[in-house]
Amino acid sequence: MCRGYPPRGLELTQGAKGPAPAVMTKQVEEKKRVVVRFAGDSGDGMQLTGDRFTNATAVLGNDLATLPDFPAEIRAPAGTVHGVSAFQIQFASTDILTPGDHPNVLVAMNPAALKAELGTVERGGTIIVNEDAFNARNLEKAGFAADPLTDGTLEGYQVYRVPMTSITVRAVEELGLTRKEAERSKNMFALGLLSWMYGRPVDVTLNWLHKKFGDKQQLYDANVAAFKAGYNFGETTELFATSYVVKPAPVAPGTYRNISGATALAWGLVAASQRSGLRLFYASYPITPASELLHELSRLKNFGVITLQAEDEIAAANVALGAAFAGDLGVTGTSGPGMDLKAETLGLAVTLELPMVVVDVQRAGPSTGMPTKTEQADLLLAMFGRHGESPLPIVAAKSPSHCFEAAMEAARIAVKYRTPVILLSDTFIANSSEPWLIPDADELPTIDPNFATGPNAGQEFLPYLRDENLARPWAIPGTKGLRHRIGGLEKEDGTGDISYDPQNHERMTHLRADKVTKIADEVPPVEVDDPDGDAELLVVGWGSTFGTIRAAARRVRDQGRKVATAHVVHMSPFPPNLGEVLSRYQKVLVPEQNLGQLALLVRGRFLVDATSYTKVQGQPIFAEELETEILRMMEER
Amino acid sequence: MSDPQIQRNGAAGNGGGAVATLTKKDFTSDQEVRWCPGCGDYAILAIVQSFMPELGIEPDDTVFVSGIGCSGRFTYYMDTYGVHGIHGRAPALATGIATARPDLSVWVVTGDGDGLSIGGNHLIHALRRNVNMKILLFNNQIYGLTKGQYSPTSEEGKVTKSTPFGSVDHPFNPIALALGAEASFVARTVDNDRQHMTQILRQAAAHRGTAFIEIYQNCNVFNDGAFDAVREKPQGVHNQIRLEHGQPIVFDEGARCVRVGDNGRLEIAGVTETDPERIVVHDVHGRPSLAFALAHLSHRPIEPTCIGVFREVERPVFGEATIAQVASATERLGQGSVEKLLHSGDTWTVGAPA
Repeated sequence: MCRGYPPRGLELTQGAKGPAPAVMTKQVEEKKRVVVRFAGDSGDGMQLTGDRFTNATAVLGNDLATLPDFPAEIRAPAGTVHGVSAFQIQFASTDILTPGDHPNVLVAMNPAALKAELGTVERGGTIIVNEDAFNARNLEKAGFAADPLTDGTLEGYQVYRVPMTSITVRAVEELGLTRKEAERSKNMFALGLLSWMYGRPVDVTLNWLHKKFGDKQQLYDANVAAFKAGYNFGETTELFATSYVVKPAPVAPGTYRNISGATALAWGLVAASQRSGLRLFYASYPITPASELLHELSRLKNFGVITLQAEDEIAAANVALGAAFAGDLGVTGTSGPGMDLKAETLGLAVTLELPMVVVDVQRAGPSTGMPTKTEQADLLLAMFGRHGESPLPIVAAKSPSHCFEAAMEAARIAVKYRTPVILLSDTFIANSSEPWLIPDADELPTIDPNFATGPNAGQEFLPYLRDENLARPWAIPGTKGLRHRIGGLEKEDGTGDISYDPQNHERMTHLRADKVTKIADEVPPVEVDDPDGDAELLVVGWGSTFGTIRAAARRVRDQGRKVATAHVVHMSPFPPNLGEVLSRYQKVLVPEQNLGQLALLVRGRFLVDATSYTKVQGQPIFAEELETEILRMMEER
Repeated sequence: MSDPQIQRNGAAGNGGGAVATLTKKDFTSDQEVRWCPGCGDYAILAIVQSFMPELGIEPDDTVFVSGIGCSGRFTYYMDTYGVHGIHGRAPALATGIATARPDLSVWVVTGDGDGLSIGGNHLIHALRRNVNMKILLFNNQIYGLTKGQYSPTSEEGKVTKSTPFGSVDHPFNPIALALGAEASFVARTVDNDRQHMTQILRQAAAHRGTAFIEIYQNCNVFNDGAFDAVREKPQGVHNQIRLEHGQPIVFDEGARCVRVGDNGRLEIAGVTETDPERIVVHDVHGRPSLAFALAHLSHRPIEPTCIGVFREVERPVFGEATIAQVASATERLGQGSVEKLLHSGDTWTVGAPA
């Protein structure tokens, strides 16, 4: 069905002047969950639109999960398919686990967005297009031979044609903006329309606009006018007969906020700094998608945070390591290509046995790969990507909000065991967001730097004399009488002096490995979600597949089948019970966004016949896909 | 200097008064020195160890950082805090240390391969930033530790194991490179000239920011005699152009000078045949073009070559500016609170009253 917009003569009198009372009775329908995808040109402000819709949704109290999906080009040629930027959000009155597989609603700001995204929309779903953008030139740029609004392409979808550009221009015409400036507000029109459609609180957006543009009156007025025009358009025109209510989700009492993985990770590092009393020194080289960490931490200087934008990835790692030697919490962050370059510094940090955190926000590789697309294919790199025997602990965040906890845990291990720690995140986790029950800052774990203050062997100070955790003393420059030299050459056990002694090298190699292995003593056992305890299949995951795995398990259980799930956060060393858990199940499935890296590890480590399920499309695994795979595997004999 | 706290906050790296109790021994570690007998590094080590007490900075407040190569071992022989890092990365490691801890006296020891080849990027950016550290670049124009390949300062045509038919690479001029990187202190000295090197070290230590010192260092095994023309008597006397700030540039026992030629370029001429007005007066604080021209007087140290301080200018020091930003942000916004941070922006409360 394709409904047109009423005659152009319709007067949107309320445009810039605030909401008018509804002129007709509209149906209100309750929905449990909705997936909306905003899509437009890179310059159309879709990420901002999605972000604001998300915040209003969060404040309303829905559970939600988001998936920003944008091209690597900052401004790809306007109107082309590869310049399309999209933002997907699933929100619900129940708890949800993923941004959703297929949007129920697609907002397409131009033909290219429709072309790029149509395939993901559920059959029979709703498509709201900016009709003004469907002119011959844009259709051609998007590669449409005919107008999809009229040629039957959208047969079977609920299509709404809304001239967003022209209404927006009319709504702001009194403000004296140029045509181009006026058109730029059309994303706020779309936001207003969707806000009406799903009953999102208006004040959240208006407050934000005030904060953002309060000192630029004209821009503020234009954005408010466009937003209200969109809202009122939904309410007053006959085009939309129904609006929807998605009630707040029942959640544990407490104060919540919406948080992205990038922010949560940055704040987790800051919290680790505060709870350890160590200054955070973050050195980084700009790289997608890790730059957000550098940006966020650079803002937090009043937390004592030092940020340094280094000349390259190698320098960033060395600066962080130097800061660690000097007594700071040294952290560097990057993505895959930067990890390659940091490998030699990680090796040095392993042998220097200094605390350091290296954040790898994984993206699709190899090489430059797809910089803005997600993947989790750096696990084996983190585990083995250095020459020689150079073991180190690895922590993997499993969701946006979990990045906070994971960052604190990585820092805690680094400081306690005097070791570099790799913290794995990925593009999906970093960019997407979810509601987060804000923890009590005073209850966060503390970290004891335990600096060396005096001799540790009679009158002597031995820089490589170990404690019960096999950790060596952290004696920082300026500490009287503890001066010592450390370096990349093999060190004599205890003294740290250069040593080429064969037996010593073997002993030191084992000591470095044992130190990491021993961390497992305090790693919490992996939790198994198996309601009846007798599931026929265990799904084991790590990182950002957390939501998908739980969602898929829920779908399978809804069909009366029994499936267990477990999610690994400590990738090195593994949780102490992981081998036992794996051996408990007849079938083990490991879904990953790589070609089976965790599967390889658990097969090698535990001699488990784990089956790999993989997807490397730069997109998260969908719950539906995993559900199908679980059921298929259950049928296998 | 009795109060270590005052010393840490004020004098480190800036050449405070001498502390009577410190001696060369305090800066000499118990490690056996293992350079080849006759290596120029021995002389440099002895001069640096003898000089350090003069600064009045405790060895416990001093850090030496080095990379890979023969020069990299220097760190182990200094009884200070020290990190022997990876190839070429010493300036980056030291940047972390010096930025985090402005109270420390931080020294980087590198070589022509370590600092100008694999670590060239870190070197130029350290110089550009003006981090508070002193960089000693031992230039022997050869790769010694890997047993004799040509280096980025080896002359064209150099025959080595990796260039049996002669090198076709054009060498760097380390002084010109440092000047081009906007270094705030650039100097050159010679390994066997204790007096001159000590004077340069003294000036470098007093400089705020990065000081870059190229040290001509003889590798008697793989490149013996590379600097004889400016290092050994009697040629050295003839060829060393000793730069002194504010002084006319005259050398070769007063016989020759550096003057402005007819084409505006610097040239070497006899003093007696030169109008005194045309003799160049050295100015370390002026425009970099003079220093650059002096660096290019000789492309190789086989003819009259400048030693001494080429350039010394005041620029903001990286670490100080970094720490100052933190302080001013804290003053303006108040000491950050994690509790407040977590609750910043839109929040909502569910269920039972808080």
